[in-house]
Amino acid sequence: MATHEYNPDEVRKRRIKGRRKRKLREWFVFTGYLTPSLLGVLLFFFGPMLIVLVQSFQRSSTNTEFVGFDNYVHVWNNQAFKTAATNTFIFAGIAVPLAVLLALLLALLLSSKIPGKSVFRSIMLNPMMVPVASIVLIWQVMFSYNGALNTYMGWFGIDKIDWMKSDWSRLVILILFLWKNLGYNMVLFISAISAVPQEQLESAKMDGASAVRRFFSIKLPYLWPTIFFVGIMSLINSFKIFREVYLLAGDYPFDALYMLQNFMNNMFSHLDNAKLTAAAIIMCIAMIIIVGILFIAENRLGRDTEE
Amino acid sequence: MKKNEITPLQPMPEKVMEEQHDHGSIRDIKEVEIVRLSDEELEEMHERARAVAKRKAVVRNATSKFWTALGTLLAIAVAAFALMPIVLTILDSFMSTDEIKTNYSAVYNSLSSAAAETKTYLSSTPKLKMIPDMVSFSQYKTLLFLSPTYLLKFWNSVALVVPIVFGQLMVGCLAAYSFSRYRRKRREVLFFSYVILMLMPFQVTLVPNYLIANWLGIYNTWWAIILPGVFSTFSVYLLSKYMRQIPSSYIEAAKLDGANEWNIFTKISLPMCKSAIYAMAILLFIDYWNMVEQPLILLENESKQPLSVFLSQINASEIGVAFAASFIFMLPPLLIFLYGEQYLVEGISRSGIK
Repeated sequence: MATHEYNPDEVRKRRIKGRRKRKLREWFVFTGYLTPSLLGVLLFFFGPMLIVLVQSFQRSSTNTEFVGFDNYVHVWNNQAFKTAATNTFIFAGIAVPLAVLLALLLALLLSSKIPGKSVFRSIMLNPMMVPVASIVLIWQVMFSYNGALNTYMGWFGIDKIDWMKSDWSRLVILILFLWKNLGYNMVLFISAISAVPQEQLESAKMDGASAVRRFFSIKLPYLWPTIFFVGIMSLINSFKIFREVYLLAGDYPFDALYMLQNFMNNMFSHLDNAKLTAAAIIMCIAMIIIVGILFIAENRLGRDTEE
Repeated sequence: MKKNEITPLQPMPEKVMEEQHDHGSIRDIKEVEIVRLSDEELEEMHERARAVAKRKAVVRNATSKFWTALGTLLAIAVAAFALMPIVLTILDSFMSTDEIKTNYSAVYNSLSSAAAETKTYLSSTPKLKMIPDMVSFSQYKTLLFLSPTYLLKFWNSVALVVPIVFGQLMVGCLAAYSFSRYRRKRREVLFFSYVILMLMPFQVTLVPNYLIANWLGIYNTWWAIILPGVFSTFSVYLLSKYMRQIPSSYIEAAKLDGANEWNIFTKISLPMCKSAIYAMAILLFIDYWNMVEQPLILLENESKQPLSVFLSQINASEIGVAFAASFIFMLPPLLIFLYGEQYLVEGISRSGIK
């Protein structure tokens, strides 16, 4: 640092210049690494999303007249959209909390002292690997009107239920959803539980805290971040239930199973751009709101546990 | 077992008590009468304490055994539920066509809407048969040698999924590295928008994908699915979460040794995230192997669709082959699972940790 003629201003200037240069080079290098992804994301997602936004205010893809919120109003008042949105949100509202809760219970079970834990974990993780399309046949055999489940129920004198064409269908897809997603959620919880400090648990045990008490007072605070993560992942996956619905019931399922994706598919096949874009924007906003609420809630709770 | 150990009872030395008293301890010890025990009495007390501890231990062991047994039973039940459809599919694929038809034709009659009136078809009750009467490989023979459609669709699935997995991993690793090393405010905002994009369901993202596919003229080609798949941000998010956990001292040390960013990327970040990358590859593979939404909308041409969509369009006349096709379709992910389970578990586990 010390030169023959020490000139503090000169040194500072040079240092600032050097820092700026280094910063610029840093920016260049790291932006370079990001470029392929960024270009792709801009081209395939963010860019066209803007077009979607613009088109949602136009009469149709050929007639670019500005119509304000007309398309939104049309979609909003569309009976099919209402049904689809209600079904999707009812499903998510039931399935997501259940998926979190049951997975947590399973994880607690597999973190306890039962034998063969890793075998159970592997088996329970299996459904996640299996494509829905492969399993659909068995579900059909189970749940169709002349299916196995109705036959078995007949043995006990229970009347047949038309599983796929009544309100019971909600229960059916709930079961399929849980079947597929519990394993993944459970693994997330198992690792979170194993990260809970053992000393605290031990000392609580010594002090005579019951297992329930230990869970609520010690484990739960550590698990909140994971609970939210699992919740968000389950929420994303709950929107994918369309796969099961489509593969089981086709394009026109029973009313209770009519999901947003079914609605979108019909819009696609009618090439109804105006409704399609408006619906996409509505869903996008709804999604951002939901995720935002979850993030804020997580931050609040996270802060509480840190204190 | 720490808790079952019996610490020998010893009368507290007087001195200590006084000390405690002097310091104004919480317990009011003034009243306590200090009893000096003879050796026999001491021994007797030990004996009694041991007996009590033993009894307690027996009870505790019994209850804990009871809970363990109950838990194991529960786990077995859940595991059976998880495995049942998979096992049934596999076993049923070894039935002969006739056997499947006698067992399941009633099911399929009630499924097809055209035959809705035949709900009175009660005479033949379908059974879930676990074990085929006669193991036959005829389904596989039909599938592999006599019906090329299935193999074609299988190949379609491979051709769609493999480029997506490799492409997204390459793009994703680079971007994740950038996000993990360069953390300025505006970058964090961009990262957050990546996360939002990752969370968007297909219902939202398919619309822009559709528009751009039309604009680029790749609608109804595999590219319409592959390209958005490659640039999907899921792997960027998870991989950069991993790379941020790499201790910065490693990177500083490499820098001091004169490593440039590319060296750090290839010699430190990538090797340290190896398990995450494997896990990511597995997750991506199963996700895209399972895809239904994208091909339904972006591929009009049925001959280009993957097996995941095609399997649902099997009609009653082909149910024999369908089980075999289902099994072959689930085979690649299951094999990958067998091979890479520990990576997958580790990858999933660490993705949940902040």
